[in-house]
Amino acid sequence: MLHIINRSVLGNAAFDSCLRVAAPGEILLIEDAVYAATKGNALEGKVREMQNRFKIHVLMPDLEARGLADRVIDGVSPVDYGGFVDLVAANKNCQSWL
Amino acid sequence: MSDIKKFMFVNRKAPYGTIYALESLEVVLITAAFDQDVSLVFLDDGVYQLKKGQQTKGIETKNFSTTYRALEGYDIEKLYVEKESMDARGLTAEDLLVDVTVLTSKEMGELMGQQDVVLSF
Amino acid sequence: MKFGIVVNEGPYQHQSSDSAYLFCKAAIAKGHNVDRVFFYHDGVNNATKLTEPPQDDRNIVNRWSKLAEEHKVDLVVCVAAAMRRGIRDENLATGFRISGLGQLVEMGVQSDRLVVFGD
Repeated sequence: MLHIINRSVLGNAAFDSCLRVAAPGEILLIEDAVYAATKGNALEGKVREMQNRFKIHVLMPDLEARGLADRVIDGVSPVDYGGFVDLVAANKNCQSWL
Repeated sequence: MSDIKKFMFVNRKAPYGTIYALESLEVVLITAAFDQDVSLVFLDDGVYQLKKGQQTKGIETKNFSTTYRALEGYDIEKLYVEKESMDARGLTAEDLLVDVTVLTSKEMGELMGQQDVVLSF
Repeated sequence: MKFGIVVNEGPYQHQSSDSAYLFCKAAIAKGHNVDRVFFYHDGVNNATKLTEPPQDDRNIVNRWSKLAEEHKVDLVVCVAAAMRRGIRDENLATGFRISGLGQLVEMGVQSDRLVVFGD
């Protein structure tokens, strides 16, 4: 299953809830959630730790727009919109954590 | 209808502060008419949607919480609440205006994985 | 593969309409079908032809209309949500149509994948 997170992970429950609830699978960070994929953010440790349970992807056009494309945490996979489409197609279902 | 899919509605937002809860409920009622396998999930602040005793007169807004009680009449009987979300808000199943199945986070995650269509608003 | 898309937020205020549009474009470029985009909640505001952004900005409404025209994407605006927010046939942009929530459920039943964009 693909979990799509779009809200900033600092001060928003969506990411934490997803990590708490979701069965192992894939996570895609888009829109304001892309900050979670950057080195030095307060949740970097958590993102690294969660890579045991989830394959974590980040939508690069959103990260580029926010000026942080050069700081992706090791192991987080960068995707473009085409990659986003592939992720949705490859998973049986997807949930947006709105 | 030959195509019966598993539809899950994930409610993570509190009522009244935004319209999401109300309009989400409107979709649920329509989905029932399509004879699909419908589940409703209440997570995080979504749990507040089910709190008993909502009185909306003072905010001049329609109290739609009674609609949850009507869901049974539409054959929508699969209502799930995550225990951790309830605990974090000081609520128990007795505080809720409908009968729900309380699930652990893990059980909730597994249930999500089994769905065909997951709608969140 | 057949994709169904839900857009829950209005244009400009939130990125969800942009994200949904770029997703649709990428899906179509990969040979998938985007049969329908369903606009719900404030997402119905994507459908008004009265929208007029500054000249140096993208025209989100026209972009959807063009996508509908070029790729036969069915742009459906929820009637109940639209009436609440003053979206009517009179101000509906090209390629959009107003219909019921049944269209959303039908999209869920008929598409292989459904993706929700919102806040």
